[in-house]
Amino acid sequence: MTYLYSIGEYFIMLKGVFGRMTKGSVLRNLIFKEINELIMGSMGIVSFLSFFIGAVVAIQTALNLNNPLIPKSLVAFAARQSIILEFAPTFISIIMAGKVGSFITSSIGSMRVTEQIDALEVMGINSKNYLIFPKIMAMLTYPFVIAISMFLGIAGAYTAAVFGGFVTSDQFLTGLQDDFIGFHLVYAFIKTILFAFILATVPSYHGYFMKGGALEVGEASTTSFVWTSVVLIITNYVITQLLLS
Amino acid sequence: MIQVKNLHKGFNGQEVLKGIDYQFERGKTNLIIGQSGSGKSVFLKCMLGLFKPDQGAIEYDGKPYSNFSDEEQRELRTEIGMLFQGGALFDSMTVEENVMFPLRMFTNQKRGEMRDRVHEVLKRVNLEGNDTKMPSEISGGMQKRVAIARAIVNKPKYLFCDEPNSGLDPQTATIIDNLIQQLTHENEITTVVITHDMNSVLEIGERIAFLKDGLLAWKGTKEDIFHTQDKTVTDFVYSSNLFKKVREAQLKGH
Ligand SMILES: Nc1ncnc2c1ncn2[C@@H]1O[C@H](COP(=O)(O)OP(=O)(O)OP(=O)(O)O)[C@@H](O)[C@H]1O
Ligand SMILES: [Mg+2]
Repeated sequence: MTYLYSIGEYFIMLKGVFGRMTKGSVLRNLIFKEINELIMGSMGIVSFLSFFIGAVVAIQTALNLNNPLIPKSLVAFAARQSIILEFAPTFISIIMAGKVGSFITSSIGSMRVTEQIDALEVMGINSKNYLIFPKIMAMLTYPFVIAISMFLGIAGAYTAAVFGGFVTSDQFLTGLQDDFIGFHLVYAFIKTILFAFILATVPSYHGYFMKGGALEVGEASTTSFVWTSVVLIITNYVITQLLLS
Repeated sequence: MIQVKNLHKGFNGQEVLKGIDYQFERGKTNLIIGQSGSGKSVFLKCMLGLFKPDQGAIEYDGKPYSNFSDEEQRELRTEIGMLFQGGALFDSMTVEENVMFPLRMFTNQKRGEMRDRVHEVLKRVNLEGNDTKMPSEISGGMQKRVAIARAIVNKPKYLFCDEPNSGLDPQTATIIDNLIQQLTHENEITTVVITHDMNSVLEIGERIAFLKDGLLAWKGTKEDIFHTQDKTVTDFVYSSNLFKKVREAQLKGH
């Protein structure tokens, strides 16, 4: 029952987010600020993780390919597929749920407990729009993060596979282009956009409607991470079922 | 002037406000006093539209605020200044940005004009030279004063203060009380102040409403409140030893 109530509350919140708009010039500044905090601030960790995960994927595949009938280039093919289809969009989004998600929940939540949200409302500002809309807009640039993650993941795979002596550079590059299906990229980016929306709104919901004090802000961030991950994984399942099978 | 008519508000079947009629006057500091849990904050939030009344009406200078849609309420709220108990400063903004915020949102003034006005009000609350500090870098009393500056910067017609001097030393508390009163008089604001503090009642109690058990139990001025025979009021007012002594001295003197 309470889940249903929360889901309803979430959608009512979304309606409010797209309700009365904040003044344009103010909104523009807020969006740039969010891009800086949410997107730019995550580039470092995303790049780091992507590169090394790509590397590990390549090594694991290479180690498991000891059948001489299977061409070595398959290492690149397998790495490309798993990175583009899942590791970059899904795995990185779960990391982002931890990084960006808890940041969003705790920043909105602490504004709730210190009455800053009431202060906005009392001034006649649509606080849902003011706080959440810029985050959604900033997250529209999230596909760039994932694109970079894909690129670095494959770069990591290349580095590990070639310099680790598993395959030659030529073999890797051949495998990389094997059976390339453009729709897989489309699928990955449709997912990414949905994930971006989830990453912006689910943590916002947990912050916006939280009750209590400073202690509860910490709890809310944890709950927010759990629920954002759950929603991401379920969405991933549904969208994969719909688009790929 | 804010007119409250037959205001009812409850939560989960329990009535907190049980029919309040009152008029808050313009150019005066209107105090709401009462025990913890008597419904003062709920009353204030109903007046601000943060809670929807179950019954009754609230009119701002004749405008039926409580029956307005959310949008119409937002419109009217630009004429309201509110001082929250904890200040509620935006902690991602500097002092100057905090005070400038209502101007940026609701006026089309140029940056220079806004700056001038911000400095004018910061000077009014004795806080010059702190423009670039963050709220976390100034003391609690200073935060309250910044919050007052933010509340009055856009020249509100209505000013609400929820326990403006809780958590402050008596001297700072008095400074803030007097500031609120002066601003009220200077700008003919309709000011509503919730307080626990009998010192404030003595300082600025031009009009006092005493809430008890969700009803308006008594109303009057600070002169009246120390002479009333109404037992519920005297029980509340003289619950502090200091005021008991003042009372005894008074009775001897008469
Ligand atoms: N959002 C709410 N939901 C349910 N009950 C509430 C809510 N807000 C207030 N109440 C109840 O209303 C009653 C009055 O609360 P209120 O906060 O108005 O008291 P108060 O007079 O402001 O007290 P204090 O001086 O301690 O601030 C309390 O019993 C409280 O439990
Ligand atoms: Mg209260």
